[in-house]
Amino acid sequence: MSAATPKGVLITPIFKNNPIALQILGICSALAVTSSMSVSLVMALAVIAVTAFSNLFVSLIRNHIPSSIRIIVQMTIIASLVIVVDQVLKAYAYEMSKQLSVFVGLIITNCIVMGRAEAFAMQNGPVLSFLDGVGNGLGYGVILLIVGFFRELLGSGSLFGITILTPVQDGGWYVPNGLMLLPPSAFFVIGLFIWVLRSVQPEQVEENEFKMKENTQPKEAV
Amino acid sequence: MASNNSIKKTLIVAFALCIVCSVIVSTAAVALRPQQAFNQEADRKSNILQVAGLYEAGESVTKQFEQVTARAVDLRTGEYTDAVDPETYDQFSASRDPAQSRTLSGEKDIAGLSRQENYSVVYLVGDPQNPEQIIIPVRGQGLWGLMRGYLALHGDANTIEGITFYSHSETPGLGGEVDNPKWKAQWEGKQVYADGDVGEGAPEIALVKGGASGATEVDALSGATLTSKGVTNLVQFWLSDAGFGNYLAKIRDSAEGA
Repeated sequence: MSAATPKGVLITPIFKNNPIALQILGICSALAVTSSMSVSLVMALAVIAVTAFSNLFVSLIRNHIPSSIRIIVQMTIIASLVIVVDQVLKAYAYEMSKQLSVFVGLIITNCIVMGRAEAFAMQNGPVLSFLDGVGNGLGYGVILLIVGFFRELLGSGSLFGITILTPVQDGGWYVPNGLMLLPPSAFFVIGLFIWVLRSVQPEQVEENEFKMKENTQPKEAV
Repeated sequence: MASNNSIKKTLIVAFALCIVCSVIVSTAAVALRPQQAFNQEADRKSNILQVAGLYEAGESVTKQFEQVTARAVDLRTGEYTDAVDPETYDQFSASRDPAQSRTLSGEKDIAGLSRQENYSVVYLVGDPQNPEQIIIPVRGQGLWGLMRGYLALHGDANTIEGITFYSHSETPGLGGEVDNPKWKAQWEGKQVYADGDVGEGAPEIALVKGGASGATEVDALSGATLTSKGVTNLVQFWLSDAGFGNYLAKIRDSAEGA
């Protein structure tokens, strides 16, 4: 982050430095809320709003935050924003908020939000921080939508609730894959996505932390 | 920035932050409460309309709900009561208040409720004296937790018009299929008691495995034995004398008398 440009902080988190795919943060909510596209979309918007505004507010008061209580200050700001988002969803997107249930509240513990506040907003100006928050929220949202796409399509045969592959229960040919509706399937989808992403951008592959010793030859073992 | 770390500054920042955040949070909560209450109410009403098969998407729920009358029923006697106001009565909280509920004994408590409220709200479609449909709230244990929903009965208090669950935590794709419209559609026209012995003994309606036959059988959910059992139990419980049995018997009597 030597030269942070507005465009840079907005774009790089989407594929180059994706919070889920590269930093492996925020996995738990990515497992829980991605069983359908519309829920993923609302969750993504909620996280974008929270990361962007928490970054903005933390950055605005960054010169006044005593370092001894800085984490608590960040948490308080994040928690307040999450409660506001939750209340707004309950008032204007009631159906969605019923489906998201506790996961909106759990944005408070989403490592992406806290990570960006601590790592970026504490050192940078409000505008850059805001954009960084939007960028990271987008990075999170992109993964959510990709996972949601595969899970809803393969699990229920629909996208955004519109039937694409008619399931056998309704007289079609497609046998829905029940596993895709359960949270563990998101692990497979995220794993495969990380594989694809690192094949396209090999610079994301981490250095081995250690080298495996080559297999012992049979005659040495004897 | 050394001064930032002084005790005085730390306290000031912490205090100011708490004030600002609490003001924001309470403003949001208070300003949005009417809208949220409206949503919850509309959601409950649309569930009642859906189970009665009256729901039309896109039209105002409040307007559509005008054809429905809410009444309170004393579950112990089966009589209508004015002891509670059906508009504001919160049945679910009442079931946990010792003053307004009673404990259920082991063998009676097939739905796994442990406590039952004394009064319940019922929703009547059409003329309240001679209703076309009677909608009763039902709840009971599924596999993972409490399932709450509504059961709609025809005016003869024996034919089922529909069932819906507005809150449950069953496994998606298996027990969660209680939400499946195809499965719910089977309930229409089923009977609580088979012809000839209406009102005698325990309700006969049940979920069965391997293909339902007859008017009192509904297909069980595949791969969800315990959820299916839970649905059978809760429906039988609320239709039995422990639930709305007395009330429904009175409806049947007055329908025959008329």
